[in-house]
Amino acid sequence: MAEKLLCASSDISDTTARICEVEGVEIGVIRHKGTIVAYRNVCPHQGGPVCEGLKMPRVCVEFDEQRRPLRQNFDTAEMHFVCPWHGWEFKIETGEAVGDSKIRLSRYKVVERDENVYVEI
Amino acid sequence: MTLTPNSPNYSSDTDPAIKEFNTTKLLKNARKQAEDRNYKDFFICDVDSHHYETEALPEILQYMDDPVLRHLGMSAGNVGRAGLIPQAIGSQDMAGRVTRYAGRNKEVVPEKPHRDITLTRRWMDAMGVDMACLFPTPMLLLATHPQPEVEVAMARAYNRWLCERILEEDKRIVSMVYLPMNEPHEAEKMIDEFAERKGVVGFLSTGYLKRPVHDNVNMRIYAKLEEHGMPLGFHAAYHWADSSLAQLNKFISVHALGFSFCNIIHMTNWVLNGMPERFPKLKTMWIESGLAWIPFLMQRLDNEYMMRTSDAPLLKKKPSDYMREMFYSSQPIELVDNKEALEVTFKMINAESQLLYSSDYPHWDMDLPSTIYDIPFLGEKAKRDILGGNAQKLFNLDPVMSDWKLEARKAG
Repeated sequence: MAEKLLCASSDISDTTARICEVEGVEIGVIRHKGTIVAYRNVCPHQGGPVCEGLKMPRVCVEFDEQRRPLRQNFDTAEMHFVCPWHGWEFKIETGEAVGDSKIRLSRYKVVERDENVYVEI
Repeated sequence: MTLTPNSPNYSSDTDPAIKEFNTTKLLKNARKQAEDRNYKDFFICDVDSHHYETEALPEILQYMDDPVLRHLGMSAGNVGRAGLIPQAIGSQDMAGRVTRYAGRNKEVVPEKPHRDITLTRRWMDAMGVDMACLFPTPMLLLATHPQPEVEVAMARAYNRWLCERILEEDKRIVSMVYLPMNEPHEAEKMIDEFAERKGVVGFLSTGYLKRPVHDNVNMRIYAKLEEHGMPLGFHAAYHWADSSLAQLNKFISVHALGFSFCNIIHMTNWVLNGMPERFPKLKTMWIESGLAWIPFLMQRLDNEYMMRTSDAPLLKKKPSDYMREMFYSSQPIELVDNKEALEVTFKMINAESQLLYSSDYPHWDMDLPSTIYDIPFLGEKAKRDILGGNAQKLFNLDPVMSDWKLEARKAG
Protein backbone atom coordinates (compact mmCIF):
# COMPACT_ATOMS: atom_id res chain seq x y z
CA MET A 1 0.00 0.00 0.00
CA ALA A 2 1.51 3.31 -1.07
CA GLU A 3 1.91 6.24 1.27
CA LYS A 4 0.83 9.53 -0.28
CA LEU A 5 1.27 13.07 0.97
CA LEU A 6 -2.10 14.49 1.93
CA CYS A 7 -1.25 17.96 3.24
CA ALA A 8 0.74 19.83 5.86
CA SER A 9 -0.21 19.17 9.49
CA SER A 10 -0.94 22.85 9.88
CA ASP A 11 -3.60 22.63 7.14
CA ILE A 12 -5.80 20.40 9.26
CA SER A 13 -8.26 21.96 11.67
CA ASP A 14 -10.53 20.43 14.26
CA THR A 15 -13.57 22.33 13.06
CA THR A 16 -13.87 21.71 9.32
CA ALA A 17 -12.74 18.74 7.27
CA ARG A 18 -10.12 19.56 4.66
CA ILE A 19 -10.83 17.91 1.33
CA CYS A 20 -7.72 16.58 -0.42
CA GLU A 21 -7.56 14.75 -3.71
CA VAL A 22 -5.23 11.78 -4.00
CA GLU A 23 -5.10 9.83 -7.27
CA GLY A 24 -8.54 11.03 -8.26
CA VAL A 25 -10.09 10.18 -4.89
CA GLU A 26 -11.38 12.90 -2.59
CA ILE A 27 -10.47 12.39 1.06
CA GLY A 28 -11.86 14.40 3.95
CA VAL A 29 -9.39 14.85 6.80
CA ILE A 30 -9.98 16.40 10.19
CA ARG A 31 -8.37 16.51 13.60
CA HIS A 32 -10.72 14.91 16.09
CA LYS A 33 -10.02 14.41 19.79
CA GLY A 34 -6.33 14.87 19.13
CA THR A 35 -6.18 12.31 16.34
CA ILE A 36 -6.24 12.87 12.60
CA VAL A 37 -8.95 10.87 10.86
CA ALA A 38 -9.45 10.56 7.10
CA TYR A 39 -12.43 9.24 5.18
CA ARG A 40 -13.33 8.92 1.53
CA ASN A 41 -15.57 11.87 0.70
CA VAL A 42 -18.37 9.66 -0.61
CA CYS A 43 -21.47 8.78 1.39
CA PRO A 44 -22.37 5.07 1.32
CA HIS A 45 -26.01 6.08 0.88
CA GLN A 46 -26.19 7.78 -2.52
CA GLY A 47 -22.65 9.07 -2.90
CA GLY A 48 -22.88 12.57 -1.44
CA PRO A 49 -19.79 14.56 -0.34
CA VAL A 50 -20.20 13.42 3.23
CA CYS A 51 -17.16 15.18 4.69
CA GLU A 52 -18.26 18.56 3.33
CA GLY A 53 -21.47 18.84 5.30
CA LEU A 54 -22.08 20.18 8.75
CA LYS A 55 -20.31 18.75 11.78
CA MET A 56 -22.93 18.22 14.44
CA PRO A 57 -23.20 16.49 17.80
CA ARG A 58 -25.42 13.54 18.55
CA VAL A 59 -28.91 14.50 19.65
CA CYS A 60 -29.96 12.85 22.90
CA VAL A 61 -33.02 12.95 25.14
CA GLU A 62 -32.96 13.63 28.86
CA PHE A 63 -35.62 11.95 31.01
CA ASP A 64 -37.02 12.51 34.46
CA GLU A 65 -37.24 9.71 37.04
CA GLN A 66 -40.44 8.43 35.42
CA ARG A 67 -38.83 8.24 31.97
CA ARG A 68 -40.74 11.23 30.72
CA PRO A 69 -38.66 13.31 28.31
CA LEU A 70 -37.52 16.54 29.90
CA ARG A 71 -35.76 17.95 26.86
CA GLN A 72 -33.49 17.11 23.98
CA ASN A 73 -29.85 18.06 24.11
CA PHE A 74 -26.65 17.99 22.10
CA ASP A 75 -24.01 15.48 23.23
CA THR A 76 -20.81 17.14 22.11
CA ALA A 77 -18.77 14.11 23.17
CA GLU A 78 -20.02 12.39 20.01
CA MET A 79 -19.59 14.50 16.89
CA HIS A 80 -20.93 13.51 13.49
CA PHE A 81 -20.29 14.25 9.87
CA VAL A 82 -23.68 15.03 8.31
CA CYS A 83 -23.95 14.28 4.62
CA PRO A 84 -25.30 17.45 3.01
CA TRP A 85 -27.35 15.56 0.41
CA HIS A 86 -29.74 13.65 2.70
CA GLY A 87 -28.62 14.12 6.28
CA TRP A 88 -27.16 10.66 6.90
CA GLU A 89 -24.94 11.02 9.99
CA PHE A 90 -21.65 9.26 10.72
CA LYS A 91 -19.56 9.22 13.90
CA ILE A 92 -16.36 11.12 13.17
CA GLU A 93 -14.43 8.91 15.56
CA THR A 94 -15.26 5.59 13.88
CA GLY A 95 -17.00 6.36 10.59
CA GLU A 96 -20.04 4.31 11.62
CA ALA A 97 -23.48 5.37 10.43
CA VAL A 98 -25.53 6.50 13.39
CA GLY A 99 -28.57 4.60 12.16
CA ASP A 100 -26.78 1.31 11.45
CA SER A 101 -23.24 0.60 12.64
CA LYS A 102 -22.76 -2.00 9.87
CA ILE A 103 -22.61 0.88 7.40
CA ARG A 104 -19.36 2.81 7.56
CA LEU A 105 -17.44 5.49 5.79
CA SER A 106 -14.37 4.24 3.99
CA ARG A 107 -11.46 5.07 6.29
CA TYR A 108 -7.81 5.64 5.45
CA LYS A 109 -4.83 5.05 7.68
CA VAL A 110 -3.09 8.34 8.37
CA VAL A 111 0.50 9.01 9.44
CA GLU A 112 1.71 12.37 10.72
CA ARG A 113 5.43 12.86 10.19
CA ASP A 114 7.73 15.88 9.92
CA GLU A 115 4.79 18.26 10.07
CA ASN A 116 3.14 16.57 7.10
CA VAL A 117 0.21 14.19 6.90
CA TYR A 118 0.38 11.05 4.78
CA VAL A 119 -2.33 8.62 3.87
CA GLU A 120 -2.04 4.97 2.91
CA ILE A 121 -3.93 4.35 -0.31
CA MET B 1 -35.05 29.06 37.03
CA THR B 2 -32.09 27.34 35.37
CA LEU B 3 -31.44 28.48 31.87
CA THR B 4 -29.94 26.15 29.32
CA PRO B 5 -26.64 27.56 28.06
CA ASN B 6 -26.90 28.88 24.53
CA SER B 7 -26.17 26.17 21.99
CA PRO B 8 -23.71 26.94 19.25
CA ASN B 9 -25.25 27.47 15.83
CA TYR B 10 -24.22 24.39 13.93
CA SER B 11 -25.42 25.74 10.59
CA SER B 12 -24.45 29.39 10.52
CA ASP B 13 -24.16 31.33 7.29
CA THR B 14 -20.39 31.29 7.63
CA ASP B 15 -20.13 27.51 7.62
CA PRO B 16 -18.16 26.42 4.56
CA ALA B 17 -21.00 24.03 3.68
CA ILE B 18 -23.37 26.97 3.26
CA LYS B 19 -21.44 30.07 2.25
CA GLU B 20 -20.64 30.38 -1.44
CA PHE B 21 -23.16 27.64 -2.13
CA ASN B 22 -23.22 26.27 -5.65
CA THR B 23 -25.43 23.47 -6.97
CA THR B 24 -22.81 22.15 -9.39
CA LYS B 25 -20.25 21.88 -6.60
CA LEU B 26 -22.71 20.26 -4.19
CA LEU B 27 -23.56 17.67 -6.83
CA LYS B 28 -20.05 17.03 -8.18
CA ASN B 29 -20.27 13.40 -7.03
CA ALA B 30 -23.54 13.03 -8.92
CA ARG B 31 -21.83 14.19 -12.11
CA LYS B 32 -19.11 11.61 -11.53
CA GLN B 33 -21.79 8.93 -11.21
CA ALA B 34 -23.32 10.12 -14.48
CA GLU B 35 -19.99 9.86 -16.25
CA ASP B 36 -18.99 6.54 -14.68
CA ARG B 37 -22.32 4.97 -15.66
CA ASN B 38 -22.31 6.34 -19.19
CA TYR B 39 -25.59 8.19 -18.89
CA LYS B 40 -24.51 9.97 -22.07
CA ASP B 41 -25.67 6.90 -23.97
CA PHE B 42 -29.35 7.24 -23.09
CA PHE B 43 -32.18 9.61 -22.28
CA ILE B 44 -33.06 10.36 -18.66
CA CYS B 45 -36.26 12.12 -17.69
CA ASP B 46 -37.07 13.13 -14.13
CA VAL B 47 -40.87 13.16 -13.69
CA ASP B 48 -40.98 14.89 -10.30
CA SER B 49 -38.66 17.77 -9.50
CA HIS B 50 -39.24 21.11 -7.84
CA HIS B 51 -38.42 24.74 -7.60
CA TYR B 52 -39.34 27.29 -4.94
CA GLU B 53 -41.96 29.35 -6.70
CA THR B 54 -42.45 31.68 -3.74
CA GLU B 55 -39.02 33.15 -4.47
CA ALA B 56 -40.52 34.46 -7.72
CA LEU B 57 -43.83 35.46 -6.16
CA PRO B 58 -43.70 39.15 -7.20
CA GLU B 59 -43.30 37.95 -10.82
CA ILE B 60 -46.03 35.34 -10.50
CA LEU B 61 -48.47 37.84 -9.04
CA GLN B 62 -48.17 39.96 -12.18
CA TYR B 63 -50.11 37.17 -13.88
CA MET B 64 -52.94 37.20 -11.32
CA ASP B 65 -56.33 38.40 -12.52
CA ASP B 66 -57.64 39.52 -9.12
CA PRO B 67 -56.03 42.89 -8.23
CA VAL B 68 -57.06 42.64 -4.59
CA LEU B 69 -55.36 39.29 -4.11
CA ARG B 70 -52.39 40.57 -6.09
CA HIS B 71 -52.17 43.49 -3.68
CA LEU B 72 -52.43 41.09 -0.73
CA GLY B 73 -49.36 39.28 -1.98
CA MET B 74 -47.40 42.40 -2.88
CA SER B 75 -48.22 44.72 0.00
CA ALA B 76 -45.38 45.81 2.24
CA GLY B 77 -44.43 43.16 4.73
CA ASN B 78 -46.37 40.47 2.91
CA VAL B 79 -44.11 39.73 -0.03
CA GLY B 80 -43.62 36.04 0.30
CA ARG B 81 -46.54 33.77 0.76
CA ALA B 82 -48.56 35.40 3.50
CA GLY B 83 -52.25 34.82 3.01
CA LEU B 84 -51.89 33.17 -0.36
CA ILE B 85 -50.14 29.86 0.21
CA PRO B 86 -50.50 27.75 3.38
CA GLN B 87 -47.30 27.28 5.29
CA ALA B 88 -46.37 23.85 6.56
CA ILE B 89 -44.82 23.20 9.94
CA GLY B 90 -41.90 20.86 9.62
CA SER B 91 -38.12 20.98 9.35
CA GLN B 92 -37.58 19.87 5.77
CA ASP B 93 -33.91 20.86 5.98
CA MET B 94 -33.32 18.95 9.24
CA ALA B 95 -32.32 22.09 11.11
CA GLY B 96 -29.79 23.06 8.49
CA ARG B 97 -28.23 19.63 8.02
CA VAL B 98 -29.36 19.49 4.39
CA THR B 99 -27.36 22.50 3.32
CA ARG B 100 -29.00 23.30 -0.01
CA TYR B 101 -31.99 24.85 1.78
CA ALA B 102 -29.89 27.52 3.49
CA GLY B 103 -27.44 27.78 0.62
CA ARG B 104 -29.91 28.22 -2.22
CA ASN B 105 -30.48 31.92 -1.65
CA LYS B 106 -26.74 32.56 -1.82
CA GLU B 107 -26.23 30.87 -5.15
CA VAL B 108 -25.02 33.28 -7.79
CA VAL B 109 -26.61 33.02 -11.24
CA PRO B 110 -26.28 35.09 -14.40
CA GLU B 111 -28.94 37.68 -15.20
CA LYS B 112 -30.33 35.49 -17.96
CA PRO B 113 -31.94 33.03 -18.35
CA HIS B 114 -34.45 33.05 -15.51
CA ARG B 115 -32.86 32.15 -12.16
CA ASP B 116 -35.07 29.06 -11.83
CA ILE B 117 -33.96 27.83 -15.25
CA THR B 118 -30.29 28.20 -14.35
CA LEU B 119 -30.71 26.44 -11.02
CA THR B 120 -32.74 23.66 -12.62
CA ARG B 121 -30.24 23.14 -15.44
CA ARG B 122 -27.40 22.96 -12.93
CA TRP B 123 -28.82 20.03 -10.98
CA MET B 124 -30.08 18.35 -14.16
CA ASP B 125 -26.64 18.53 -15.76
CA ALA B 126 -24.97 17.26 -12.60
CA MET B 127 -27.25 14.26 -12.31
CA GLY B 128 -27.36 13.42 -16.00
CA VAL B 129 -31.03 14.32 -16.33
CA ASP B 130 -31.98 15.48 -19.83
CA MET B 131 -35.57 16.56 -19.28
CA ALA B 132 -37.38 17.33 -16.05
CA CYS B 133 -41.00 17.71 -15.07
CA LEU B 134 -40.93 20.74 -12.78
CA PHE B 135 -43.40 21.29 -9.96
CA PRO B 136 -43.80 24.00 -7.31
CA THR B 137 -42.97 23.45 -3.61
CA PRO B 138 -45.09 25.47 -1.14
CA MET B 139 -48.02 25.29 -3.56
CA LEU B 140 -48.19 21.52 -3.00
CA LEU B 141 -50.23 22.50 0.05
CA LEU B 142 -52.37 25.04 -1.79
CA ALA B 143 -55.32 22.63 -1.94
CA THR B 144 -55.59 22.92 1.83
CA HIS B 145 -56.11 26.69 1.65
CA PRO B 146 -59.42 27.50 3.36
CA GLN B 147 -60.38 29.92 0.55
CA PRO B 148 -60.94 28.05 -2.72
CA GLU B 149 -60.93 31.32 -4.67
CA VAL B 150 -57.37 31.96 -3.49
CA GLU B 151 -56.33 28.49 -4.62
CA VAL B 152 -57.79 29.13 -8.07
CA ALA B 153 -56.25 32.59 -8.44
CA MET B 154 -52.80 31.41 -7.31
CA ALA B 155 -52.96 28.33 -9.51
CA ARG B 156 -53.90 30.29 -12.63
CA ALA B 157 -51.23 32.95 -12.03
CA TYR B 158 -48.59 30.30 -11.36
CA ASN B 159 -49.51 28.26 -14.41
CA ARG B 160 -49.36 31.33 -16.64
CA TRP B 161 -46.03 32.43 -15.18
CA LEU B 162 -44.60 28.91 -15.47
CA CYS B 163 -45.64 28.57 -19.11
CA GLU B 164 -44.41 31.99 -20.17
CA ARG B 165 -41.25 32.41 -18.10
CA ILE B 166 -39.96 28.86 -17.79
CA LEU B 167 -41.51 26.34 -20.21
CA GLU B 168 -41.40 28.68 -23.21
CA GLU B 169 -37.74 29.39 -22.52
CA ASP B 170 -36.29 25.92 -22.02
CA LYS B 171 -37.36 22.87 -23.98
CA ARG B 172 -35.70 20.58 -21.44
CA ILE B 173 -38.23 21.59 -18.77
CA VAL B 174 -41.86 20.44 -18.86
CA SER B 175 -44.64 20.31 -16.29
CA MET B 176 -47.95 18.83 -15.31
CA VAL B 177 -49.61 22.09 -14.38
CA TYR B 178 -51.64 22.78 -11.25
CA LEU B 179 -55.27 21.70 -11.33
CA PRO B 180 -57.49 23.29 -8.66
CA MET B 181 -59.52 20.18 -7.92
CA ASN B 182 -61.48 21.88 -5.14
CA GLU B 183 -63.20 24.11 -7.72
CA PRO B 184 -64.10 21.71 -10.53
CA HIS B 185 -65.52 24.30 -12.95
CA GLU B 186 -62.30 26.29 -12.62
CA ALA B 187 -60.25 23.13 -13.08
CA GLU B 188 -62.08 22.54 -16.38
CA LYS B 189 -61.24 26.08 -17.52
CA MET B 190 -57.64 25.48 -16.51
CA ILE B 191 -57.46 22.44 -18.77
CA ASP B 192 -58.83 24.47 -21.69
CA GLU B 193 -56.37 27.28 -21.09
CA PHE B 194 -53.22 25.21 -20.66
CA ALA B 195 -53.57 21.84 -22.36
CA GLU B 196 -51.98 23.02 -25.60
CA ARG B 197 -49.29 25.24 -24.10
CA LYS B 198 -45.68 24.42 -24.83
CA GLY B 199 -44.16 22.11 -22.26
CA VAL B 200 -47.45 21.14 -20.60
CA VAL B 201 -47.48 17.33 -20.49
CA GLY B 202 -50.32 16.76 -18.04
CA PHE B 203 -52.21 18.14 -15.05
CA LEU B 204 -51.56 17.78 -11.35
CA SER B 205 -53.77 17.18 -8.35
CA THR B 206 -51.86 18.01 -5.17
CA GLY B 207 -52.12 16.58 -1.69
CA TYR B 208 -55.26 16.28 0.35
CA LEU B 209 -58.45 17.56 -1.30
CA LYS B 210 -61.66 18.93 0.13
CA ARG B 211 -63.75 16.33 -1.71
CA PRO B 212 -62.88 12.74 -2.57
CA VAL B 213 -61.47 12.13 -6.04
CA HIS B 214 -64.54 10.14 -7.10
CA ASP B 215 -66.99 12.98 -6.27
CA ASN B 216 -69.51 13.48 -9.05
CA VAL B 217 -68.48 17.11 -9.52
CA ASN B 218 -65.14 15.90 -10.82
CA MET B 219 -66.42 13.80 -13.70
CA ARG B 220 -66.19 16.56 -16.29
CA ILE B 221 -62.57 17.18 -15.29
CA TYR B 222 -61.66 13.59 -16.02
CA ALA B 223 -63.63 13.55 -19.26
CA LYS B 224 -61.86 16.68 -20.42
CA LEU B 225 -58.43 15.28 -19.56
CA GLU B 226 -59.33 12.13 -21.46
CA GLU B 227 -60.41 14.18 -24.48
CA HIS B 228 -57.11 16.05 -24.47
CA GLY B 229 -55.11 12.86 -23.95
CA MET B 230 -53.53 14.44 -20.89
CA PRO B 231 -52.35 12.31 -17.96
CA LEU B 232 -53.43 13.19 -14.43
CA GLY B 233 -50.83 13.16 -11.67
CA PHE B 234 -51.61 12.77 -8.00
CA HIS B 235 -48.73 14.43 -6.18
CA ALA B 236 -48.83 13.40 -2.53
CA ALA B 237 -48.22 15.78 0.34
CA TYR B 238 -48.42 15.49 4.09
CA HIS B 239 -51.02 17.41 6.01
CA TRP B 240 -50.21 17.33 9.69
CA ALA B 241 -53.62 18.66 10.66
CA ASP B 242 -55.36 15.68 9.07
CA SER B 243 -57.12 13.90 11.90
CA SER B 244 -55.51 10.54 11.15
CA LEU B 245 -52.02 12.06 11.28
CA ALA B 246 -52.52 14.56 14.08
CA GLN B 247 -51.33 12.17 16.80
CA LEU B 248 -47.91 11.87 15.21
CA ASN B 249 -45.42 14.04 17.10
CA LYS B 250 -42.41 14.03 14.82
CA PHE B 251 -41.75 15.31 11.33
CA ILE B 252 -40.20 11.97 10.36
CA SER B 253 -43.44 10.25 11.39
CA VAL B 254 -45.84 12.50 9.56
CA HIS B 255 -43.63 12.62 6.48
CA ALA B 256 -43.07 8.86 6.32
CA LEU B 257 -46.77 8.08 6.67
CA GLY B 258 -48.42 11.21 5.31
CA PHE B 259 -47.13 11.05 1.74
CA SER B 260 -48.08 7.42 1.29
CA PHE B 261 -51.35 7.79 3.19
CA CYS B 262 -52.40 10.66 0.91
CA ASN B 263 -52.13 8.50 -2.19
CA ILE B 264 -53.52 5.42 -0.43
CA ILE B 265 -56.71 7.39 0.22
CA HIS B 266 -56.96 8.73 -3.32
CA MET B 267 -56.07 5.40 -4.93
CA THR B 268 -58.59 3.46 -2.83
CA ASN B 269 -61.36 5.83 -3.87
CA TRP B 270 -60.15 5.89 -7.45
CA VAL B 271 -60.13 2.13 -7.89
CA LEU B 272 -63.07 0.99 -5.79
CA ASN B 273 -65.35 3.59 -7.37
CA GLY B 274 -64.47 2.24 -10.77
CA MET B 275 -62.77 5.33 -12.18
CA PRO B 276 -60.52 3.27 -14.46
CA GLU B 277 -63.67 1.69 -15.93
CA ARG B 278 -65.44 5.03 -16.30
CA PHE B 279 -62.44 6.78 -17.88
CA PRO B 280 -60.45 3.96 -19.48
CA LYS B 281 -58.30 6.29 -21.59
CA LEU B 282 -57.28 8.54 -18.70
CA LYS B 283 -53.76 7.73 -17.60
CA THR B 284 -52.85 8.39 -13.99
CA MET B 285 -49.46 8.75 -12.33
CA TRP B 286 -49.03 8.46 -8.57
CA ILE B 287 -46.24 10.71 -7.39
CA GLU B 288 -43.93 10.86 -4.38
CA SER B 289 -45.23 8.18 -2.09
CA GLY B 290 -42.34 5.76 -2.52
CA LEU B 291 -43.13 2.23 -3.70
CA ALA B 292 -43.76 0.12 -0.61
CA TRP B 293 -47.35 1.33 -0.28
CA ILE B 294 -48.36 -0.13 -3.63
CA PRO B 295 -47.96 -3.86 -2.86
CA PHE B 296 -49.48 -3.21 0.56
CA LEU B 297 -52.58 -1.64 -0.94
CA MET B 298 -52.85 -4.19 -3.74
CA GLN B 299 -52.90 -7.01 -1.23
CA ARG B 300 -55.33 -5.31 1.14
CA LEU B 301 -57.79 -4.32 -1.55
CA ASP B 302 -57.65 -7.64 -3.43
CA ASN B 303 -58.22 -9.60 -0.25
CA GLU B 304 -61.31 -7.62 0.73
CA TYR B 305 -62.60 -7.26 -2.82
CA MET B 306 -62.80 -11.02 -3.34
CA MET B 307 -65.11 -11.23 -0.31
CA ARG B 308 -67.07 -8.08 -1.06
CA THR B 309 -67.35 -7.73 -4.84
CA SER B 310 -70.86 -6.35 -4.28
CA ASP B 311 -69.30 -3.30 -2.59
CA ALA B 312 -67.44 -2.41 -5.77
CA PRO B 313 -69.76 -3.41 -8.62
CA LEU B 314 -68.03 -1.30 -11.27
CA LEU B 315 -64.90 -3.41 -11.14
CA LYS B 316 -64.35 -6.07 -13.79
CA LYS B 317 -61.12 -7.33 -12.31
CA LYS B 318 -59.21 -7.18 -9.07
CA PRO B 319 -58.06 -3.79 -7.70
CA SER B 320 -54.43 -4.77 -8.20
CA ASP B 321 -55.11 -5.42 -11.89
CA TYR B 322 -56.14 -1.80 -12.31
CA MET B 323 -53.26 -0.53 -10.19
CA ARG B 324 -50.81 -2.49 -12.32
CA GLU B 325 -51.91 -0.48 -15.35
CA MET B 326 -51.20 2.88 -13.70
CA PHE B 327 -47.92 4.76 -13.56
CA TYR B 328 -45.75 5.48 -10.54
CA SER B 329 -42.90 7.86 -9.87
CA SER B 330 -39.98 6.21 -8.10
CA GLN B 331 -38.96 8.60 -5.34
CA PRO B 332 -38.42 8.14 -2.42
CA ILE B 333 -37.55 4.58 -3.33
CA GLU B 334 -37.11 2.45 -0.21
CA LEU B 335 -33.57 1.05 -0.45
CA VAL B 336 -32.42 0.17 3.05
CA ASP B 337 -31.83 -3.59 3.56
CA ASN B 338 -34.79 -4.64 1.40
CA LYS B 339 -33.53 -6.05 -1.90
CA GLU B 340 -35.92 -9.00 -1.90
CA ALA B 341 -38.92 -6.83 -1.04
CA LEU B 342 -37.94 -4.35 -3.70
CA GLU B 343 -37.72 -7.05 -6.34
CA VAL B 344 -41.18 -8.33 -5.42
CA THR B 345 -42.48 -4.77 -5.53
CA PHE B 346 -41.06 -4.24 -9.02
CA LYS B 347 -42.75 -7.42 -10.22
CA MET B 348 -46.08 -6.56 -8.61
CA ILE B 349 -46.29 -3.14 -10.25
CA ASN B 350 -44.87 -4.13 -13.65
CA ALA B 351 -42.13 -1.66 -12.96
CA GLU B 352 -40.38 -2.19 -16.26
CA SER B 353 -43.21 -0.41 -18.07
CA GLN B 354 -45.07 1.45 -15.28
CA LEU B 355 -42.33 2.98 -13.15
CA LEU B 356 -40.84 6.39 -13.96
CA TYR B 357 -37.69 7.75 -12.38
CA SER B 358 -38.09 10.85 -10.24
CA SER B 359 -35.56 12.80 -8.17
CA ASP B 360 -37.73 15.21 -6.17
CA TYR B 361 -34.68 17.46 -6.23
CA PRO B 362 -33.96 19.78 -4.45
CA HIS B 363 -35.99 18.35 -1.58
CA TRP B 364 -34.24 16.64 1.31
CA ASP B 365 -35.09 13.04 0.34
CA MET B 366 -34.11 13.35 -3.31
CA ASP B 367 -33.01 10.34 -5.35
CA LEU B 368 -30.27 10.23 -7.95
CA PRO B 369 -30.64 8.23 -11.19
CA SER B 370 -28.23 5.69 -9.66
CA THR B 371 -31.01 4.60 -7.31
CA ILE B 372 -32.50 2.97 -10.41
CA TYR B 373 -29.38 2.32 -12.45
CA ASP B 374 -27.63 0.39 -9.66
CA ILE B 375 -30.52 -1.99 -8.89
CA PRO B 376 -28.94 -5.41 -9.42
CA PHE B 377 -32.00 -7.31 -10.66
CA LEU B 378 -32.80 -4.91 -13.52
CA GLY B 379 -31.47 -5.41 -17.03
CA GLU B 380 -30.04 -2.52 -19.04
CA LYS B 381 -33.24 -2.04 -21.07
CA ALA B 382 -35.42 -1.95 -17.97
CA LYS B 383 -33.09 0.59 -16.35
CA ARG B 384 -33.22 2.84 -19.39
CA ASP B 385 -36.99 2.54 -19.69
CA ILE B 386 -37.53 3.45 -16.05
CA LEU B 387 -35.02 6.30 -16.25
CA GLY B 388 -36.48 7.81 -19.40
CA GLY B 389 -38.22 5.57 -21.91
CA ASN B 390 -41.42 5.17 -19.92
CA ALA B 391 -41.72 8.93 -19.41
CA GLN B 392 -41.10 9.50 -23.09
CA LYS B 393 -44.05 7.24 -23.91
CA LEU B 394 -46.42 8.50 -21.21
CA PHE B 395 -45.83 12.17 -22.00
CA ASN B 396 -45.28 11.71 -25.72
CA LEU B 397 -42.00 13.57 -25.34
CA ASP B 398 -39.67 14.62 -28.06
CA PRO B 399 -36.47 13.85 -26.12
CA VAL B 400 -33.99 16.69 -25.77
CA MET B 401 -30.58 15.50 -24.67
CA SER B 402 -28.40 17.71 -22.48
CA ASP B 403 -25.51 19.51 -24.15
CA TRP B 404 -22.82 17.80 -22.11
CA LYS B 405 -24.07 14.36 -23.13
CA LEU B 406 -24.10 15.31 -26.81
CA GLU B 407 -20.56 16.67 -26.49
CA ALA B 408 -19.42 13.56 -24.63
CA ARG B 409 -20.86 11.39 -27.39
CA LYS B 410 -18.98 13.38 -30.03
CA ALA B 411 -15.78 13.04 -28.03
CA GLY B 412 -16.35 9.29 -28.06
